[in-house]
Amino acid sequence: MLEIENLHVSVAGKKILDGLSLKVADGEVAAIMGPNGSGKSTLSYVVAGRPDYEVSEGSIKLDGVDLAEKSPAERAALGLFLVFQYPLEIPGVTTMTFLKAAINAQRKARGEDELATPDFMKKVREAAKRLNIPQDMLKRPVNFGFSGGEKKRMEILQMALLEPKFGILDEMDSGLDIDALRVCAEGVNALRSKERGLLVITHYQRLLDYITPDTVHVMHKGRIVKSGGPELALELEKSGYADYAEEAA
Amino acid sequence: MAAVQETVDKVKTLDVDAYKYGFTTDIESDKAPKGLNEDIVRFISAKKNEPEWLTDWRLDAFRRWQTMAEPKWARVHYPPIDYQDLYYYSAPKTAEGPKSLDEVDPELLRTYEKLGIPLREQEILAGVQADPNARRVAVDAVFDSVSVATTFKAELAKAGVIFCPISEAVRTHPELVKKYLGSVVPVTDNYFATLNSAVYSDGSFVYVPPGVRCPMELSTYFRINERNTGQFERTLIIADKGSYVSYLEGCTAPQRDENQLHAAVVELIALDDAEIKYSTVQNWYPGDSQGKGGIYNFVTKRGDCRGDRSKISWTQVETGSAITWKYPSCILRGDSSRGEFYSIAISNGYQQVDSGTKMLHLGANTSSRVISKGISAGHSQNTYRGQISAHRKARNARNFTNCDSLLIGNSCGAHTVPYIEAKNSSAVFEHEATTSKISDDQLFYCMQRGLSAEEATALIVNGFVRDVLQQLPMEFAVEAQKLIAISLEGSVG
Repeated sequence: MLEIENLHVSVAGKKILDGLSLKVADGEVAAIMGPNGSGKSTLSYVVAGRPDYEVSEGSIKLDGVDLAEKSPAERAALGLFLVFQYPLEIPGVTTMTFLKAAINAQRKARGEDELATPDFMKKVREAAKRLNIPQDMLKRPVNFGFSGGEKKRMEILQMALLEPKFGILDEMDSGLDIDALRVCAEGVNALRSKERGLLVITHYQRLLDYITPDTVHVMHKGRIVKSGGPELALELEKSGYADYAEEAA
Repeated sequence: MAAVQETVDKVKTLDVDAYKYGFTTDIESDKAPKGLNEDIVRFISAKKNEPEWLTDWRLDAFRRWQTMAEPKWARVHYPPIDYQDLYYYSAPKTAEGPKSLDEVDPELLRTYEKLGIPLREQEILAGVQADPNARRVAVDAVFDSVSVATTFKAELAKAGVIFCPISEAVRTHPELVKKYLGSVVPVTDNYFATLNSAVYSDGSFVYVPPGVRCPMELSTYFRINERNTGQFERTLIIADKGSYVSYLEGCTAPQRDENQLHAAVVELIALDDAEIKYSTVQNWYPGDSQGKGGIYNFVTKRGDCRGDRSKISWTQVETGSAITWKYPSCILRGDSSRGEFYSIAISNGYQQVDSGTKMLHLGANTSSRVISKGISAGHSQNTYRGQISAHRKARNARNFTNCDSLLIGNSCGAHTVPYIEAKNSSAVFEHEATTSKISDDQLFYCMQRGLSAEEATALIVNGFVRDVLQQLPMEFAVEAQKLIAISLEGSVG
């Protein structure tokens, strides 16, 4: 379970999150929608522990563990995963090497044995197949020269392999055509489970046609201004964010 | 006060450093008195029972050296070295070389064990019989100044390969040593090479006869072990017509509390259709976190592609030393000969690296390739200095140079100084260079996947140097990757 309480965050002296509170239960898929500049991406970064984000007040807890003093790697080992809006390229490091390093780093942090190479390979191959990722893509450097769709599929592959307790999807739909979106969404849906919570951050309703949320939250000016069920997303699609801008003002 | 003494005093007051391979073994040594004069040169020569011609050769070098001045053109700074304040000879106390591994000092074997490397070589030293089909490594272990263990000699002898300490080769194969010693790096070449010629202690000698493919990788591990001992290794490798040899050199020095001068000379000679591959992993003590202590590494490495269609390939991973002054080069004398230089140079703390290569195209249709990856972290300065030249007769000379620098942090420097000179209009020389920095975004991305800041940095750096790592023999590639990670510890906050 992810619990965020009264979170205040500034970046370079500018306040971005202004008393945001949010709870996402195990097995729940929550969507956050909001206009540009409402602080959606900041929320995902600050939960993942990106440096340079100053938390002045409030708390973030994952399964009751306060994340305040945890490094990004420690948060990852606790089971937090972020699907990046813009996945980074790492020239010269093959995707396989990267995946293995990540899995084993997390296992080590949790006091588990490293995964044997044959088991690892088998796992990766199976997961890649489900996401239509060809084997040769795994031999290429991480995200290097990948198309937008390939990058996002690789993010979902990583999530599938790392089996996080909680996943945050930061505008997964950006830069995806409809076919790529469908493949990625199916990948995400396959990862829905009773134990795993997901937070889907998006600007558009479109993504939620493929990943049906249990709850929808509207974010504006650094806080949640309205919460409801999936119908709230459809309502937003018709009326836009203008009403909430006024409500929040 | 002399620089060395000053450093000793300063370092004594500092904390023990984090250098991973910092330990010394206490094998009693037999050393010459401090300082350098003709008597010392004669002493070294006498200690090794050298023939008169070699004694004279050393003395000639010493006299030359006295008229020379230390080169100052490199981008490195260090206090003056007092050459009279150093020991020029020390040897472990054994009357004669050991006949078998049982006779090797167990202390020495433990030293290798502590190093954690070389894995395969350790097995060999321990006498473990490996799978006969597996690739093998022969070790000529140079401990301090004298070779004390040589393995796999019999098998090499069967192939006709001579692999022994150069001091032994002087006695057993004087005609080869006399013919080739100093033929690539002449006695007068440069200050440090000339010093080496006068006082060189020992090193490896390799001769591969015509048409022979050396059945194993040859490997030497150098260790600096004696306080105040300048290390003056001398390596001579000759690949006769149509032969092939791959030679690995690795160094991890124990932590020292003073600057140690290291001035090695390596000469490679490839005759017609021969190929020599020379790989180095260098991890001398780099100095402490304040930049005190550490090895001064002034090395002259040069290969002569003397025969047509010959090939010499240098691969180096440089992670250690306070100062690195090193330019493994190729003289492309034979027609259609080829030179290669693959380099990873990592500097951290207050290390200063000035390294690169020279590709001298003399013959027709000669080609060369230079791939250099410099990584600077901490307060270090990392310079690539390279010279590519085509002689007037070097028709169709080809060179490709790729020179990439990676910066970690805001206090280090990367410099690229290429010299390109073509005296033949048909020469085609290409030079590519990039400078980049590890971005915070890349680090965060890796860390979000569970890697620590240091693991993430090592991973990104390993990606950056991948092209060069692939050139290393397997045994070395694994070791080099570990070294890269160790060398960059503490470089990210």
